[in-house]
Amino acid sequence: MTAPLELPHSLWAIDNWDTVSEMLVQHIWLAMIPIGAGLIIAIPLGLLLCDSPRARAVSIFVASAIYTVPSLALFLIIPGIIGTQLLSPVNVVVALSLYSTCLFLRSVFQALDAVPRAVVDAGVAIGHSRVQRKLRIDMPLAIPVLTASARVVAVTNISLVTVGAVIGVGGLGGLFTAGYQRNFPEEIITGIVLTILLGLLVDRLIALIGWWLAPWARPESRKRPRRRVVAHLVTTEA
Amino acid sequence: MLQDLISFLGSPANWSGSDGIPLRIVEQLWYSLLAVAISAVLAVPVGLVLGHTRRGESLVAGIANSVRALPSLGLMTLLVLLLGLGLVPPILALVVLGIPPLLAGSYAGVRNVDASTVDGARAIGMSEFQVLLKAEVPNALPLIVSGLRNASLDVIATATIAAYVNLGGLGRLIFDGMAVYDYGQVATGAVLVTSLALCIDAMLAGLVRAVQPGRRVRGRDSREISLLLRDRAGDAAASAVTSD
Repeated sequence: MTAPLELPHSLWAIDNWDTVSEMLVQHIWLAMIPIGAGLIIAIPLGLLLCDSPRARAVSIFVASAIYTVPSLALFLIIPGIIGTQLLSPVNVVVALSLYSTCLFLRSVFQALDAVPRAVVDAGVAIGHSRVQRKLRIDMPLAIPVLTASARVVAVTNISLVTVGAVIGVGGLGGLFTAGYQRNFPEEIITGIVLTILLGLLVDRLIALIGWWLAPWARPESRKRPRRRVVAHLVTTEA
Repeated sequence: MLQDLISFLGSPANWSGSDGIPLRIVEQLWYSLLAVAISAVLAVPVGLVLGHTRRGESLVAGIANSVRALPSLGLMTLLVLLLGLGLVPPILALVVLGIPPLLAGSYAGVRNVDASTVDGARAIGMSEFQVLLKAEVPNALPLIVSGLRNASLDVIATATIAAYVNLGGLGRLIFDGMAVYDYGQVATGAVLVTSLALCIDAMLAGLVRAVQPGRRVRGRDSREISLLLRDRAGDAAASAVTSD
């Protein structure tokens, strides 16, 4: 008779995969719906507002003010405004959609500014109307900028979802509150690791989609220009 | 919502004592200030030196990106379980959040100073330390302060969660209010945190503008200085050529 093989450390995440996978699925929904919502709202809004400098200035001001609102506060103010239950997942989705829209709106403007004048003129010359120009020239050329900011938005959302755990809807963040209440660090570590892995995975996935959608923007060699990367990070936040 | 909010804010009992609103605001500011100050002391010198030596760009970018993915609630609860209750673990978590924006800001600030300005400073005989302090830092200030602004916002927002691990601050109103289903109290906490964040953000945005090179700071125009340095570099180069 041999004793069954026992691992000295069995991973908590594997033993409790049912609970964890349920949280993971909720987490993905809570983080991804806002990205879709953000794109659907920000792109038309950006196209609509981009021609008026005043409308742009006002919308950028409002967007950065909304982005300044702390996430927990926004989760709790939203039910007071739209009348949902205090602990409803809708609050988290609406709050993250607002943040995503604000970030996307800024990059829609940036993307539209970056469209070369000559390309727009060529579009006009072959008879594109204003709407056609926006849909067939401006939008496709905006794809690289939009995928870059979608990556930032996705990683930010995936991390922010966990804050929702303190109001009972936080996907993997539930592992933080449960682990804390039961004084069980491994559960919290599981949550942190899975959240970061999910962020990395989605980040790569969106980069891949961008690569596929915008063949002209693919880097020609492995040598990437890296000069102003950090400056870009600093100025696009906040 | 508005009614609950006004009735909570309007009750004098909520404005005094050891759980009064003013004290909660002071606590929130105290945690945030402490954490941002420690982050700045740790991150800014490193960022400046890395920027000056033009090394470690991928390290700085990597740190800045990875912390965006790090869930702050997880970090805070984990640190409290490992180190115990009290002020230190939550502040430590806030410091971790504050470091990347400050590091990235000071690195990018120095890194993006016009090379001719830096060369000019060297050409007139400044030591490397003087180059950093007198030529690079003044020109880097707007980005350093932007980093400070981003760090402060992250820290103030996350300091609210410190109440979840038994600290004070405006988060107390939120968590105590949720425990007794008092939406007025919850909304008060949320609205006050928001107002605080917006005020601090506006102040730091003003500061970013105030430190732009070209504004007169301490009697001397820093842009003037950098232009001066550039001209002298030109002179030095010209005299080097003619003397050959």
